[in-house]
Amino acid sequence: MAKMGPRLCVLAAFLVTLAACGGSNAPAAQTDVGITSNSISLGNTIAQSGPAAAYGTIAAAEQAYFTYINNTKGGVNGRKINFKVLDDAYTPANAVTLTKQLVEQDQVFAMFSGLGTQTQTSVRDYLNTKKVPQLFVATGATTFMADYSSHPFTIGWQPPYQGEARIYAKDILANHPSAKIGVLYQNDDYGQDYLKGLTDGLGSSASLIVDKESYEVTSASTASQLATLKAKGADTLFLFTTPAFTIKSLVITTALHWEPTIYLNSVSNPQVYMGIAAKAGAALKNVTSVGYIKDPTDPQWANDSGMQLYKTVIANCTTCNVNDGFNIYGVAVAYTMVDVLTQAGSNMTRQNVMNIAGTQLNESNPFLLPGVNVKTTSSDHFPITQEQVITWSGTGWTLKGSLIDERGTIK
Amino acid sequence: MNRIRSAPPRYWLVLVAVLFFVGLPTVVTSFQSSEWTQVLIFAIVIMGLNILVGYNGQISLGHGALMAVGAYTSAILIHRYHVDYLVTIPIAGLLTGLVGFLLGIPALRLSALYLALATFALAVVTPSLIKRPAQFTGGVQGILITPPDPPQFAKDVFGGVTGGPAMTSDQWLYYVSLVIALLLFWFAWNLVRNRPGRAMRAIRDREVAAAASGINIAGYKTLAFGISAFYAGVGGALYGLTSGFVSPDTFPLSLSFQLLVGTVIGGLASIAGPLVGGIFTFWLPILSNQFVASQPWIPTQVAAAFKNAGPAVTYGALLILIMIFAPNGVVGLVTAGYARLQARLRGAGDRGSGQMPSDAQTV
Repeated sequence: MAKMGPRLCVLAAFLVTLAACGGSNAPAAQTDVGITSNSISLGNTIAQSGPAAAYGTIAAAEQAYFTYINNTKGGVNGRKINFKVLDDAYTPANAVTLTKQLVEQDQVFAMFSGLGTQTQTSVRDYLNTKKVPQLFVATGATTFMADYSSHPFTIGWQPPYQGEARIYAKDILANHPSAKIGVLYQNDDYGQDYLKGLTDGLGSSASLIVDKESYEVTSASTASQLATLKAKGADTLFLFTTPAFTIKSLVITTALHWEPTIYLNSVSNPQVYMGIAAKAGAALKNVTSVGYIKDPTDPQWANDSGMQLYKTVIANCTTCNVNDGFNIYGVAVAYTMVDVLTQAGSNMTRQNVMNIAGTQLNESNPFLLPGVNVKTTSSDHFPITQEQVITWSGTGWTLKGSLIDERGTIK
Repeated sequence: MNRIRSAPPRYWLVLVAVLFFVGLPTVVTSFQSSEWTQVLIFAIVIMGLNILVGYNGQISLGHGALMAVGAYTSAILIHRYHVDYLVTIPIAGLLTGLVGFLLGIPALRLSALYLALATFALAVVTPSLIKRPAQFTGGVQGILITPPDPPQFAKDVFGGVTGGPAMTSDQWLYYVSLVIALLLFWFAWNLVRNRPGRAMRAIRDREVAAAASGINIAGYKTLAFGISAFYAGVGGALYGLTSGFVSPDTFPLSLSFQLLVGTVIGGLASIAGPLVGGIFTFWLPILSNQFVASQPWIPTQVAAAFKNAGPAVTYGALLILIMIFAPNGVVGLVTAGYARLQARLRGAGDRGSGQMPSDAQTV
């Protein structure tokens, strides 16, 4: 035993040397971190495992678009896009660690399309302190657009949840002014944001809401909430629920022999989910939602050039389902990203790219409904605010009326 | 000098480990320091869990929830009452300890499986419970904590040693976590080697015999729960500080499982085990995700399928392997290997001399 001492000292010396050798990768000072003469490096954290793993395909679709740009156009202004995606499993603690890894170790130029309200909130202050752009976060939480002045390195992309709910309110007031509204919402920032938009949008008619029921994301079923809503006499049902709960709720509503007019939020309206709900026995009568992206399953876009481009792009992703609405979302937001980088031209600084994204966007995106403009100005930082009411025909969504613009209504 | 020379090898190992951890931030980047901070935090929580599971034989699937209590205590004190962040750490520990102590009372009446379910229930309800009242806990939005700046003396010392860029808050929090981890490991080491530790192990091995020997079963069982929760609370507070953000999603159900698996993988009823467990708990999900995806020889389809279930599959497989081949965890495996090596070195003369086999259960 006594002989072990000196031996371990040698071992200790060896370990310290080893640590010293491994640690000599100090970052070199660069004016434009993550930009070289032939590459642009972008980072992303998204849920690829855990309860929200279904969203993970968005990053794969974004990757497919960047691959398409790199292969057919040689990248952006001669620089190929290098997109690194890490799995945060939808938890903020992971998002913090992985974002730090991307910024400090992998030295990315900007974070692009990080998904989830809590996860992206958890890194927002860090990225703004470091002045690393947090571009086009994949959440409709109003704060990511409304708080641009306090967080000038953060910008959202998709329409804010509150704006969407205001469109439903307008539709109710125009077409069902005596509706008895029952709301089922997920008790988190996402559900509450929708509820606030609906209440604000109804304004003095907010008393049309006869009951609001919430559920936790960990709960197994929404049956008791739906039974309560039915018992309270609601004839119009709002579902501010994520896809899995939406499918369950649609099935349960039919099982309760209840046939309300249903308003379905856009997060849960991809046709894939409607198909699952119908198969499981949901009646799907009188279902209304909104859209701003072209639906890949809608035959009216079969010969549309944007849709054909989408199909070419998505062929680069072997794991992507071409009909999944999340994938065309990913391609569309990646299109905006490439647009911003192209505009930045030779001035590839974080500040300049952020300025363009936050205040100078004006783009018509081929993957969005005709007429939808992706736009920001020095006083308005909500990139997309136009949406169109859609109704379920039994086999697909039908566009109704014209685009409704909520620009300027949400502060 | 003679005393130093005759010190058992584990003392030298401890010294090497401490030196390694003290020197680490001076040679790695600030980001890598922040990763090792997480390892230390998991090690603290797993040490607490080890006292409960390894030394006292009770099961807890609710330690993620206890971390949440600690993290929220610290965050609310900092955010709403502007208490100094260092002061909030012991307060968070004590409050969580109290919660754990109260949790230990029903635990007296429950045996292993039922206790596991009861603590599991705690892990299930806590993320929902901490959403209310929203004005107090920040609701679903959570609470942001500004990362603390290192104090001047730390900056001076650190700058003097490295001669490089100024100390970051990640590096400072690493040292805060290291000091707390050392204190808590030292406390645990003393605890398990003295009267309370012996009593806890006696209860674990034969409850009836322990009671017959005059050990206060109820007292020690609740005490084990309280101490264990104290560790989880301190770890939780540090977890919130290093993340800079606490929210209900920060403490999912899976966190509790990860902690228990980490305890088993590291080695039950051992002092070094939790450190190994901390390393596994932090790196395993990250590596199982990033390693597979970065290997070009693995087909994309397989990699994608594996990636989506990565951490869960790896955890399950590793746990089964450990249970079959190394029931005393990684530390048990190393100890047994070392003992075998010693026997080989000492030569055939000692073989079969009737020496007691090395046993990881005896520290």
